[in-house]
Amino acid sequence: MSEPLIEIKGVKHAYQTQAGPLPVLDGLDLSVPEGGFAAVVGPSGCGKSTLTRLVAGLMKPDQGEVWLHGQLVKGPKATVGMAFQNPVLLEWRSILKNVMLPLEIVPTKLSKRQQEDRARKLLALVGLEGFEDKRPSELSGGMRQRASLCRSLVHQPEVLILDEPFGALDAFTREDLWQTMHRLKAEEPFTGVLITHDLRESIFLADEVVVLSGRPAHTQYVMDVHLKGPRDLEHLYTPESAEALNILRHQIQIAQGRAPVEEAAQ
Amino acid sequence: MSWQKVGVPILAMAIFLVLWELLVWANGWPNYKMASPSDLWPAFWKFKHLFVSMGWDTLWRTVVGLLLAVVVGVGLGMVMGFSRVMRDALYPLLVGFNAIPKATVVPIVALMFVGAHDFNTVLIAFMISFFPIAVSVSIGLSTLEPEYRDILRSLGASRVTIFWKIALPKTLPEFFGALKVAVTLAFIGTNLMEIVSPHGRGLGALFDSGKTNSDYPLMFAVLIALAFLGIVLYYVVVALEKVFAGWAERSPT
Repeated sequence: MSEPLIEIKGVKHAYQTQAGPLPVLDGLDLSVPEGGFAAVVGPSGCGKSTLTRLVAGLMKPDQGEVWLHGQLVKGPKATVGMAFQNPVLLEWRSILKNVMLPLEIVPTKLSKRQQEDRARKLLALVGLEGFEDKRPSELSGGMRQRASLCRSLVHQPEVLILDEPFGALDAFTREDLWQTMHRLKAEEPFTGVLITHDLRESIFLADEVVVLSGRPAHTQYVMDVHLKGPRDLEHLYTPESAEALNILRHQIQIAQGRAPVEEAAQ
Repeated sequence: MSWQKVGVPILAMAIFLVLWELLVWANGWPNYKMASPSDLWPAFWKFKHLFVSMGWDTLWRTVVGLLLAVVVGVGLGMVMGFSRVMRDALYPLLVGFNAIPKATVVPIVALMFVGAHDFNTVLIAFMISFFPIAVSVSIGLSTLEPEYRDILRSLGASRVTIFWKIALPKTLPEFFGALKVAVTLAFIGTNLMEIVSPHGRGLGALFDSGKTNSDYPLMFAVLIALAFLGIVLYYVVVALEKVFAGWAERSPT
């Protein structure tokens, strides 16, 4: 096993609110090896988005450490790519220019020509060939999210952080995008953390599913997904998957405080 | 399509003028009650040189006042948009300032800078028109979704880069919306000063001389000239908006 690329150790964090400090994370551990893909699930408001901001270096935890590639995270690093539930494309730019945005910020050795080729290649990979010159407003929600994924990968980040990127899409579009994710990962290897509410999504995309407890969140349960690498949608309907989903569902109920903890220990 | 864009407004204006003429004619109103469109042309013709030179005075003062309002308004908007403290501090002041009828400020300014007619006029045009710009820019900036900032910040972009690449272009539609309001306001400001200042210049002064000489068609002609200039400036702003914020307009599907 290679050394972890993302390592979160005993992170605690509280937000200052008018009603006093609101602890959101309390003893969070997470470790993702290079090339790994971890899904983080948990009840609403348990601090999953806080986790993404910590990994991206957008904020510092009150306690604990976040390490990327053997380096302590102290601030934003260009080696991170992010995509959110809201595709946040810039309406005044074409799809191609949107995808190329990170290359305007991150130092790159690529020439303008190569940058454009790279963006076009990614767009073709997610099935957006021919839409390069369109405006975001001319695309459907699913297509916009595809473009957003391309933007998060264009600068070849070491770590891809996905904060419920498929949450606002309809079920069929979502399954389409899951398969796109596997295609992307095969062509453009990355180490990823996926925040999601969808358990099927977590076992379909990730190698490892981390269940967070209710707020303040700690790592409650870690599941190793039995399949690695690309997989078909049929795998979601095998007995192994059904069992895995059952276990996860139960863990979520515990996290929500709806199932007694002792039962889980059995 | 383009015929419609040009033809419909012109037709609407023609109908308006005909109705106006009919209204005056049917009521048998004399000139001093309400001049009719047919009286206006002779008034224009008689003072055509004055209309050109005074119109120019009004126009450049309005534009300078407006440019000043854009600079100060965008500056204030940026300060208020980026800092909560500054927003809390400046908002009540600005609202209070804006609530003061500018007609009451005119004599104060006229006394404060006696004789500086150009300066006074530009100042009033500026004072009356910067508020909507400041408010719209500050709202545009403060309502920027955090994800937009995070996308660039996570890549290590500076605040300045985020402003130029995202915050500024994203605020442009709001800015132009406010500028359309500010254009007409600036005209009002310019004319307030021109009418009140003794021995002033500009269309406002021409209006005032029409009043002193009981030349009622001239007064109405000035109003029409003002409306004309207002329309021209407004559509200049619309054209600029098309260039810089055309992306915000969704094509009908």
